[in-house]
Amino acid sequence: MRDAVGAVGTVLLLGGRSEIGLAAAERLVRDGARRVVLAARGAGGSAAIGDAAERLRAAGAEHVHPLDFDAARPESHTAVVATAAELVGDLDAVIDAFGVLGDQEAFEDDPAYAAEAAAATYTGHVSVGLAVARRLREQGHGTLVVLSSVAGVRVRRANFVYGSAKAGLDGFAQGLGDALHGTGARVLIVRPGYVPTRMSAHVPAAPFPATAEQVAGAVAEGLRTGAETVWVPRRLRLVFAAMRALPRPLWRRLPR
Amino acid sequence: MAATARRSTLLTGWGRTAPTAATVRRPRTPEEAAALLRASAQEPAGRRRGAIARGLGRSYGDAAQCAGGTVLDCADLAPGFRLDADRAVVTASAGTSLAELMAELLPRGRFPPVVPGTRHVTVGGAIGADIHGKNHHADSSFGAHVHSLRIVTPDGAHREVSPARDPALFWATVGGMGLTGIVTEATFSAAPVETSAMRVDTDRVPDLDSAMALMSAHDTDYPYSVCWIDLLAGGAALGRGVVTRARHARVGELPSDRRHAPLAYAPRTVAAAPPCTPPRLLNALSVRAFNAAYYARAPRRGRGAIRPLSSFFHPLDAVRDWNRLYGPRGLVQYQLAVPFGAEDELRRIVAGLAAAGAPSFLTVLKRFGPGTPAPLSFPVPGWTLALDVPADLPGLARLLLRTDERVLAAGGRIYLAKDSRARPAAVHAMYPRLGEWRAVRERVDPQGVLTSDLARRLEL
Repeated sequence: MRDAVGAVGTVLLLGGRSEIGLAAAERLVRDGARRVVLAARGAGGSAAIGDAAERLRAAGAEHVHPLDFDAARPESHTAVVATAAELVGDLDAVIDAFGVLGDQEAFEDDPAYAAEAAAATYTGHVSVGLAVARRLREQGHGTLVVLSSVAGVRVRRANFVYGSAKAGLDGFAQGLGDALHGTGARVLIVRPGYVPTRMSAHVPAAPFPATAEQVAGAVAEGLRTGAETVWVPRRLRLVFAAMRALPRPLWRRLPR
Repeated sequence: MAATARRSTLLTGWGRTAPTAATVRRPRTPEEAAALLRASAQEPAGRRRGAIARGLGRSYGDAAQCAGGTVLDCADLAPGFRLDADRAVVTASAGTSLAELMAELLPRGRFPPVVPGTRHVTVGGAIGADIHGKNHHADSSFGAHVHSLRIVTPDGAHREVSPARDPALFWATVGGMGLTGIVTEATFSAAPVETSAMRVDTDRVPDLDSAMALMSAHDTDYPYSVCWIDLLAGGAALGRGVVTRARHARVGELPSDRRHAPLAYAPRTVAAAPPCTPPRLLNALSVRAFNAAYYARAPRRGRGAIRPLSSFFHPLDAVRDWNRLYGPRGLVQYQLAVPFGAEDELRRIVAGLAAAGAPSFLTVLKRFGPGTPAPLSFPVPGWTLALDVPADLPGLARLLLRTDERVLAAGGRIYLAKDSRARPAAVHAMYPRLGEWRAVRERVDPQGVLTSDLARRLEL
C-alpha cells in the first residue's frame, strides 16, 4: 500500500538494468519499500541483475527477486505481472523503465533494427502497461510510473526514431492514466531531460541535464503528492512549452 | 440482495490521504453481512481481496478501506436501540453513532461510557478501535464498558461474545480494527447524569512539566481531564498549554433559567469547511498565530464554568468537514502513548516535534489510566500525545519515523486508528501481544477474508 506520506511496500521494476529505474527503486527502498522484483531479459543468471539486487539489499530491501522479462514477447507480459504479484503481493509501485536509446544514424542505415528498438521503447510498454493496469485495477490501488522523456514531447530530427517511440509511450501513458481515473490505480508520467547514463554515453550532453538520482527523487515526490506528470528538472516544463511553439523551420535547424 | 447495489468507490479515512477503490455494500441485517462475508470467502484464493466493515470513516488512516475488495458500510445495519434503565445498560446496533446515542440517552439522564473527540463515530467503530476519551484516566476505554457483543465471523456464524463467553474472541475484537468479524450489536453500560452541561475548571500551564505535574496531582478529582498543547512554542515555553478538567454538572449548578430542562441537548454545527481549501492554509505561521491566541484567551485559572456538553467534548464537530482545512493533500494524525516513568522520553519527543516546527493546532496531552485485556488496545497506563499535521509537510515521513523509534524505545506505541504511515516492524514491536491476537484471528478467519489497507500495510 502507498501510505499517507507516499512510501510504498513493494516495487516492480520493469527494466532491471535501467540505471534510472534502479536509482528510482533504490530511492523507494530507502523510503520504506521492503520487497522488490527486478524484471529484465535473462534476469535469472545475470551478473548485472545480481549487482542491482545487492545494491537494493544494501539500501534496506528485505527481499529482491529477479524475474525474466522480455519486452519483445508481449504474449508473456500478463504472466510476468502475475508472477511478480505472487512474489511480493500487491504491486504498490511499478516502475516502467526499459527502453533503447540507440543511435539515430544506425537506425537510418538499418530500418529493421530501428523498428526493433522502437518496439522496445514503445509497443513493449503497451502490452506490459495494460497488463499492469489490469492488476492495479483489480487490487484497487497502485501507481504505474512511466519513464517517458522530453524527447517525446516534441520529436527532433536528431533522434526521431527514439523520440517518436517516446511520444507514443507518453501518449499511451496519458490515456492509460485517464482510463484508470477513479479506480484507485494511477499513472505517474516522468519526463526527464538529458540524463547522463551508460545508455546515453554516446550522445552529446544537452542543456538542463538531470542525474538518475534527481529522476528518482522526482518519482518519490510524485508518489507523495499524487502528481500525474513530473518534469526533471522541473524547469523543462516551461522550456518545452516554449519549444512546442517554435516554428517548424526553426525547430528543424536545432543543432541536435 | 436488494440492499446492495454494486459500485466501486474511492475511499479514504478522515485524513483524506492514500485513496483506494473498493466495492461498497450496505448490509441492513446481520444475515446480509454474513452473506457478504461468505461471498468473499468463496472467491478463489488468488483473487480474493477480502472485506472490512466501515462506520462513519473517522479513523484517520486506512483502517476502513479494503483496496479491490468489499467495504461493508454498516450505517444501516439493523438500526435499533434499547435502554435497560434498571441495569443502566444500553443495547445498540453497531451502526448507531454516538451522536444518535447521546441524543437518545441524554433526555433519559444517561450518557455513553466513553466519548472520543468527535460524536460522529459508530458503536462498531468505538469497539474496533477501542476508543478512549477525556475520562480514560478514571474509566479506561470503551471496551471496558462492553458487556457483550454480537459479531458475524467470516465463516458466516453469528456469535455472541463477552468477557466471560469466548473472552479471547471478545478481547481480540475490542481494538481489533474490525479484523476478527463484523460487530452487529453491542450491550454496554450507560452512566447516569443529571444535566447535559459540564462543570469545567481551566488552568493555563506555562510548560510541559507543569502540565504533567498538574494532571498527575489532581486528575483523580475529575472524571474528565485533558491538556491542549501549543506545539509551536519552544524553549522555556515548550509544551505550554491549557488543562481543562470537568465533571457532569449537577442540576443545582445550572443557571436558574436552565434548571427546568437540565437535560436539554441540541448540539449545533455552526459552520462548514468549504469543499476546496488552498494547500498550506494551515502552516507554521497561521497555526502559530492560532495557538498563541488560544493560549492567551484561556483563563489563567478558571473554576466552575458551566458549559454545554458539546463544546467541552466535541468543539470540532461544530465545523463540519474540518479535515478539509488541511487542503487537498490531507492530514496525518499521530497519537502515541508511553508508560508512566517515561516522562523524560516524552519530553524529548515533544521537544523533537516542536523543533521540527510541526504546525499542529490540535495537540493534546492526556493521562491514561488502566488499559483493557485486549491485545491490540492502544491505551496503556501512562501519557498519550496526539497531534495532527498537514500530510505534505516537508520532512514529515522522517520526523514521524524518528518519533516512532523514540516511542518504541520508551516502551510505548502508536494508535492504529490514527495511523496512516508507520512501518510494520515498528508496529509489531509496539504491540508485543500481536501473536496472541493473530491466533484468535486465525481461528475465526482461517482464510483471511477480513482484511483492510491498514492490515495489509502493517502486515497485522
